[in-house]
Amino acid sequence: MQIALPEPDPGILARRGKIVADLRRIVPGEGVIDHPDELRAYESDGLTAYRNPPLVVVLPETTSQVAAILRYCREEGVRVVPRGAGTSLSGGALPLADGVLLGMSKFDRILDIDFENRTVTAQPGVTNLGITRAVEHAGFYYAPDPSSQIACTIGGNVAENSGGVHCLKYGLTTNNILGLELVTTDGEILRLGGKHLDAEGYDLLGLLTGSEGLLAVVTEVTVRILRAPETARAVLMAFDSVVRAGDCVASIIGNGIIPAGLEMMDKPAINAAEDFCGAGYPREAEALLICELDGPAAEVEHLIGTVTAIARQHGAFFTKASESEEERLRFWAGRKNAFPAVGRISPDYYCMDGTIPRGRLAEVLAGIREMSERFGLGVANVFHAGDGNLHPLILYDANEPGQLEKAEAFGAEILELCVEVGGVLTGEHGVGIEKRDLMPVMFDEEDLNQQQRVKCAFDPTQILNPGKMFPELHRCAELGRVHVHRGRTRFPDLPRF
Amino acid sequence: MERLAPESPEETEEAVATALAEGRPLEILGRGSKRGFGRPVVADVLLSTERLSGITLYEPGELVMSAGAGTPLAEIEAALAEHRQELAFEPADYGPISGGEAGVQTIGGVFACNLSGPRRIRAGAARDHLLGLRCVTGFGRAIKTGGRVMKNVTGYDLCKLLTGSFGTLAVVTELTFKVLPAAETEGTLLIRGDLEIDLLAALRAAMGTPFDVSGAALLPVATAARSTVAAVAGAGRAVAALRVEGPAPSVRYRLERLTAVLTGEGRDFASLEAEDSRRLWREIRDLSPLPGEGCLWRLSIPPTAGGALASRFADLAPDRLYDWAGGLVWLAVPEVSAAEAAELREAFAGCGGHATLVRAPEAVRAEIEVFQPQPAPLAALGRRVKRSFDPERILNRGRMYRDC
Repeated sequence: MQIALPEPDPGILARRGKIVADLRRIVPGEGVIDHPDELRAYESDGLTAYRNPPLVVVLPETTSQVAAILRYCREEGVRVVPRGAGTSLSGGALPLADGVLLGMSKFDRILDIDFENRTVTAQPGVTNLGITRAVEHAGFYYAPDPSSQIACTIGGNVAENSGGVHCLKYGLTTNNILGLELVTTDGEILRLGGKHLDAEGYDLLGLLTGSEGLLAVVTEVTVRILRAPETARAVLMAFDSVVRAGDCVASIIGNGIIPAGLEMMDKPAINAAEDFCGAGYPREAEALLICELDGPAAEVEHLIGTVTAIARQHGAFFTKASESEEERLRFWAGRKNAFPAVGRISPDYYCMDGTIPRGRLAEVLAGIREMSERFGLGVANVFHAGDGNLHPLILYDANEPGQLEKAEAFGAEILELCVEVGGVLTGEHGVGIEKRDLMPVMFDEEDLNQQQRVKCAFDPTQILNPGKMFPELHRCAELGRVHVHRGRTRFPDLPRF
Repeated sequence: MERLAPESPEETEEAVATALAEGRPLEILGRGSKRGFGRPVVADVLLSTERLSGITLYEPGELVMSAGAGTPLAEIEAALAEHRQELAFEPADYGPISGGEAGVQTIGGVFACNLSGPRRIRAGAARDHLLGLRCVTGFGRAIKTGGRVMKNVTGYDLCKLLTGSFGTLAVVTELTFKVLPAAETEGTLLIRGDLEIDLLAALRAAMGTPFDVSGAALLPVATAARSTVAAVAGAGRAVAALRVEGPAPSVRYRLERLTAVLTGEGRDFASLEAEDSRRLWREIRDLSPLPGEGCLWRLSIPPTAGGALASRFADLAPDRLYDWAGGLVWLAVPEVSAAEAAELREAFAGCGGHATLVRAPEAVRAEIEVFQPQPAPLAALGRRVKRSFDPERILNRGRMYRDC
């Protein structure tokens, strides 16, 4: 393990028995798990290279239990790590040895479906796909669709601001959430938003979304649902160079088309996907684009014509539009299964998540190729090409000594390159533990201090998910101090009129 | 009042640091077109961002633009139009309804107030389009947050927090935002009828269709009469309007389908071609069919609450406008005392959502809550957030809430 977690507090470890007993008074029955064998099921999330069994797991069933747990933990100085389905790829739900793991899996009910206001209100443990399943009979769906949507929960989506292949047109979680109920570490139950649009007062809803479980625990989520488009069709376009495919993407968007999805895969990813599920991708291609267009049939037909023509102009040697829903799903199957497909060609893989300005794609890919040779590790690339979000999958073998460390160093270099060309460390997977120590690549000390001050406004004793997101933890009192530089005017000529 | 207009982020930092050192609170503004929106600010010095002006980055293919906070919106819209792009959230121009001129506002002001027009229901709000920014906090420190790419979850989303914070958390110096292709063309379906409740139901039904409606508004009879679009002004009835945008054949098809789906007793249909459609939606966006005087309330509520509101306030506020399929209600009422305004606020409470007194005499805005009062624990959290950016409350003190 490369990245250090906060040192466990020996005092807390020594009081484990009492803490477990106290938590049992708040959540009776089987909601408190303390047997080492059972704790092991919670020791990791989707970032499986990191494992750390928690002090104890609590699975509350009501909001008031959540409030009581948080109040207790704040009073006792016990750290808390919230967890949804545990699919985080950045270690957001990685437990702490001296921390309570607060599992929200029992909050699994849909509370309200309101077609007239186009909203669904759900408990945070409902899966992403579960929301669509609950409304699809009436022709509606919930737009953000992370690859893990069968398993990942809406509460986790809020924590990570999850995206998916359709967010170019339909937005990320933050653009599709209308209301939240949440509990702060002082045990207060707050409601933000509702079935109306936009916040009164500060947009705490926007702040909470993507806050990675560091600010509060979400106990209820109201999302906006959309009516499904009349038609959706996908087009495959194959190129003999990544540069040409990248130019094609720029040209599609430059022509005023915002596709529902626009994905790219490179040769290793194409071949892995073909081996895995036979989606019909041309194996000889250096780069493949999948472009989904949706809307009325006539509009989709028209746009497919335009997109195909653009692809030909950019030298596509193969284009194919789906002619049936079955074929559309098959086109997507390869992309959606890219991660497990790569999992079959390599004992382990490490998934990166930088975003770059799209115009720098060729340069970044060349850089990744150079790194791949230097580190001696293979890499397969899948991208949300429309929004510049890259997912290089670094291939390694954890059983080979030193390979994990090498993969991590490779990954860090990729992300540094992303930032260097004007991009960011993470497009949708979150900082978590994984990218925590890279934060200074993107932000200076003042930037990070201000973020931590916001954390302090919610959680002054910093019990909620510490060790994630911030490379260095400052005490709140220290961050709140005002340093006045009276009389040191650097700009005496500042225009005053 | 002393007035500062820094020309660079460094000068802005200095101005705020000096104000902090001297204990002199600042009123932050762009060019002041929305100065009357919010509570009157307690300040010794005015700080304008108007000299932080100019587009610093525009890459149409990347759908991204950066500009100084003081850049006039008009300049930005002109640059975008050259590439057939736009700000999809359709920022309104409230200059004229605030007693000022049109075309004055800055991009910083647009985001500071999170103002979004009719397309909000389809494209999202201003807050959904802000990608990154640079600002100076009340600690007198320059910081940045976000980035210039479409997808970014690196650190807290402070862009959302700062959008709609009315200059109370930081002085924004530069913004980076998402821009999108403008639609090829547009058209509007008008549904004229006598029952507002029925027309509001039609708007909601339209939002539940797959026809990608990008504007859903209702002009009650008195409001419709003040439109400059003949088919609306001459209706003599309430007018519901549904906008669709896209390639011409798609627009035509969707207007036809909407007509078929929404046909019902007492509803009479007409449609507007692109030019009239644009004119009507600009009017709706800028509230020009509402009276230019008196008090103006803005209610953001669940769309289904719009109908009940219509019947309750029909006599009190004959001048109303519903946007966002009934989820946004503008009520123009005669000038009232603070006590009467407070009573009205009470009456709105049952609707869900929140009410803002957008236009009222300064004395009224000083006395009552302009923004929706919050439950005590939420208000306390808001104050802690304010303090985390501006511990001495030197930035737009009192603009949103008395003690914020």
